[in-house]
Amino acid sequence: MMVKLHRSLGLTDEEAESIKGILGRRPNDLELAMYAVMWSEHCSYKSSRLHLKKLPSESDWVLVGPGENAGVVDIGDGIAAALRIESHNHPSAIEPYQGAATGVGGIIRDIFTMGARPIALLDALSFGPIDDLRSRWIADGVIAGISGYGNAVGVPTVGGETVFDDTYVGNPLVNVMCVGLMPSERLVLGRASGEGNLAVLLGASTGRDGIGGVSVLASASFENDQDLQAQKRPSVQVGDPFEEKRLIEACLALLDAGLVVGIQDLGGAGLTCATSETASRGGMGMDVDVAAVPRREEGMEPFEVMTSESQERMLAIVEPDLLEEVLAICERWDVQAAVVGRVTAGGLLRVRDGMNGTVLAELPAASLHEDAPTYARPISAPEGWPLVDSGSVDLDLNSAGASAADVGADLLSLLANSSWVYRQYDHMLFCNTVIGPGADATLLRLKHPDSGIDTGRGLALTVDGNHRWCAVDPQAGTAMIVAESVLNLACVGARPLALVNCLNFGNPENPEIMWQFSEAVDGLAEAANAFGVPVVGGNVSLYNESQGHNINPSPVVGLLGAVDSLGAIPPGLVWREGDRVVLLGSGKPNLIGSLWATKAVSDARAQEAFSKGRLAELDYEQHLRVVDLVRKLVVGGLVSAVHDVSSGGLGVALAEMAATSEVGFTGARVHDRVQLFGEAPSRVVVAVKPEMLGEVEAAAASAVVTLTRIGLVTGQRFSIKGLLDLDLAAVVAAWNEPPFAGVTTPAGAAKVKPTEPGTGNASNTGPESDIG
Amino acid sequence: MTTKVGVIVFPGSNCEQDVVEALETVGATAKLLWHKDTDLGDVDAVVLPGGFAHGDYLRTGAMARFSPIMDLVAKFAYQGGAVVGICNGFQILTEAKLLPGALYKNKGLKFLCQPSSLRVASSNSVLTGHLAEGTYLRIPINHFEGNYLCSPQTLHELQENNSIVLTYVDNPNGSVADIAGICNKSGNVVGLMPHPERAAHWLLGSTDGARLLKGLLSCG
Repeated sequence: MMVKLHRSLGLTDEEAESIKGILGRRPNDLELAMYAVMWSEHCSYKSSRLHLKKLPSESDWVLVGPGENAGVVDIGDGIAAALRIESHNHPSAIEPYQGAATGVGGIIRDIFTMGARPIALLDALSFGPIDDLRSRWIADGVIAGISGYGNAVGVPTVGGETVFDDTYVGNPLVNVMCVGLMPSERLVLGRASGEGNLAVLLGASTGRDGIGGVSVLASASFENDQDLQAQKRPSVQVGDPFEEKRLIEACLALLDAGLVVGIQDLGGAGLTCATSETASRGGMGMDVDVAAVPRREEGMEPFEVMTSESQERMLAIVEPDLLEEVLAICERWDVQAAVVGRVTAGGLLRVRDGMNGTVLAELPAASLHEDAPTYARPISAPEGWPLVDSGSVDLDLNSAGASAADVGADLLSLLANSSWVYRQYDHMLFCNTVIGPGADATLLRLKHPDSGIDTGRGLALTVDGNHRWCAVDPQAGTAMIVAESVLNLACVGARPLALVNCLNFGNPENPEIMWQFSEAVDGLAEAANAFGVPVVGGNVSLYNESQGHNINPSPVVGLLGAVDSLGAIPPGLVWREGDRVVLLGSGKPNLIGSLWATKAVSDARAQEAFSKGRLAELDYEQHLRVVDLVRKLVVGGLVSAVHDVSSGGLGVALAEMAATSEVGFTGARVHDRVQLFGEAPSRVVVAVKPEMLGEVEAAAASAVVTLTRIGLVTGQRFSIKGLLDLDLAAVVAAWNEPPFAGVTTPAGAAKVKPTEPGTGNASNTGPESDIG
Repeated sequence: MTTKVGVIVFPGSNCEQDVVEALETVGATAKLLWHKDTDLGDVDAVVLPGGFAHGDYLRTGAMARFSPIMDLVAKFAYQGGAVVGICNGFQILTEAKLLPGALYKNKGLKFLCQPSSLRVASSNSVLTGHLAEGTYLRIPINHFEGNYLCSPQTLHELQENNSIVLTYVDNPNGSVADIAGICNKSGNVVGLMPHPERAAHWLLGSTDGARLLKGLLSCG
């Protein structure tokens, strides 16, 4: 019975009716399947589109804003940068290695589709606690997948962050950002124009992998049953980095030679998406010969061919008399190329069996995009909102800590070095990496993409999230993430030019989740406006829900910035014996939503108390003053080390600097846990040579930024007067301690029941750290 | 006279432009050669750059040795021409039997991209002829299969012939005798796992790779 076919494809009854209205008749099965994938949450953004309109996306330097395959900004010297971030959360939950690998492959295609050579990847990864076997299996698989695919495809992974927390049990986040460069004049758009032009499918053959991935995986929650998850595994695609590498080279060669009119990658919803998108963007139609599509296996049905998400495929629109040259370039790179369609006038997408054969499906190409439903889903704030002021939290902090009265033990429990993750990634390819993973922001040399000539400028990148802040207050938390990212760029001397975001949330049919989403978008818009940074692209991942547990709101922000003149290697985290240490910024730290409250506090009542309240206030004017001062100090070479105060507060920032430098610290004027572990925006630790201190103090005074002398870099102890006194070796050891020895897949991993969310002991969840 | 270096591109190679840039930095001229080329041209030296030739499918370097240009490279090497394999290039040279031994998965079974400290163990090669034995160099590694393995007999021959060119100060991958690079008996064919091109610009934190690559200037 086909009565309920639309439901099994993920369409609601109303959506099915609307399709009938568009076509003026009942859709056949193939047409229904095409609408189902294109109207999925993943492709249509039907729950989020209304909210995303609030984001500012314009600036003089924006060449392409949201809505295309990637955002593109003019970064000067005749160079344009393409950037995009995308999630691959659901596939990675089911098949970690391939889920992550194909996430990398997909985002890279989005970049070279625009004509840009991909030069950098960054990833924001979030997993369940490391002592949960399944979470560890997922983490190990995801990291291996990024390493295996990213390294082999020849795009360096230059930054990112890795988070371990209870909220991601059963639902990891794998967000990958890619940046590419091109000569400004080579910008290409995914448009089909010119009636009679040919649609040429490049790359891998089409198989049954990933059929309906967007609707089955990405747009629904995970049920309880582990076997059901295992059944979904065939919906995860399989990646081939060697195919992708040849595809990159072949496509860039085609674009260099000016042989294509438009080009589009095949990602979610496969051929259906690529053919209808290129056609409708160009105001044209397309006839697609489904029989001409090279296939990996026998007996595939037309709907399978049209919705398959087989990886490493591109659709190029080619003028007929240039076809031979196109095929020659493809042959050089051993890239398969087949003519599978032709551009038509009239706006209809027709799927045929043979170029002039039977019509199997016929529908308005634009209707797959423009007529997709838009939902203004109900929104409701959680009970007790707005929240009480944090001042009302009244707890004995000594008894709340992991070790009563032992501040030092708390500090050690918060340290984590992510080098075990990023050293598995090639982060040096292209010889651009001046500051790689593990710093506040990544800094690359900016070379002209065509000539290779060094511009003498730098490209700075960062990717950042903070689910703890967003769980307390999604709007303020998201704004603080943007603020921190802007400050991170300043720490390498850069100013921001463009922002991309990946919004990871739970089930949008839950009004509180939609409230979180709406608030987060408001916070993002507010901060982007305040900092004058255009939002040039984004991705929304909803239904991040496992066993009825929604993840904490997890917006992830990627920033691209520029350094005007790269005359020296920026200071980084390494301080030297004798340096004076000062804190810039006057933000009042707060333990609400802090790393300390989540990781070092074992008392349930205290945990609860610190999970609600007001985050430290973000004062945009004050923040911009700090940002400008830090950039000035870094570019001017006035400081020996600089580090943004972020997760874990001042204590973790200082300990990270000491551990990285292997030189100790003696400090004062930090009196309690609130000052040591509390988090607040707009604060930076700076180490200064004694003879430079006066100049730095004068610069801070003229910038109207509070400067507090907090200590001296010296010796082999890490101590703060009246608060803690640790052997530096213990700090270094805690920092470098691997989170787990070599990971192996637990037997029958797919069947291992994850820990119930919320029941894990928070003190065992393992620390987290930023690597970008 | 300027040294002319041919840098071979296999499908899947990815360090070729970096090598070209580094060679030009030290004063050589470099041109790319395609793995199907039938002529090396008038080059004084050949570099096989890093990457994943033919996807490293089957086994690292196992397919690349069958690329048509490898016959020319072998002939060039037998005639005394300088041939340097970096990382994947080293793996290809062992598969092509231009160098002995094999490169196995790292002992930790993880990919490793990190700086490494090296010691010049022999000046008996085209890359290290200008550097004193015992010179320390800081050059990054970037590999999954860099764990050099050979028979005791081969190791003995390498030692006898002074063919161990570079050793690790802190062996990161389990290589026998801390080997990071070796050469053939006459020293004109060299393979090394570290990437000298990644340490050839002051902004990258080390220029020791450029010091190493300068060895090729004697070929011109």
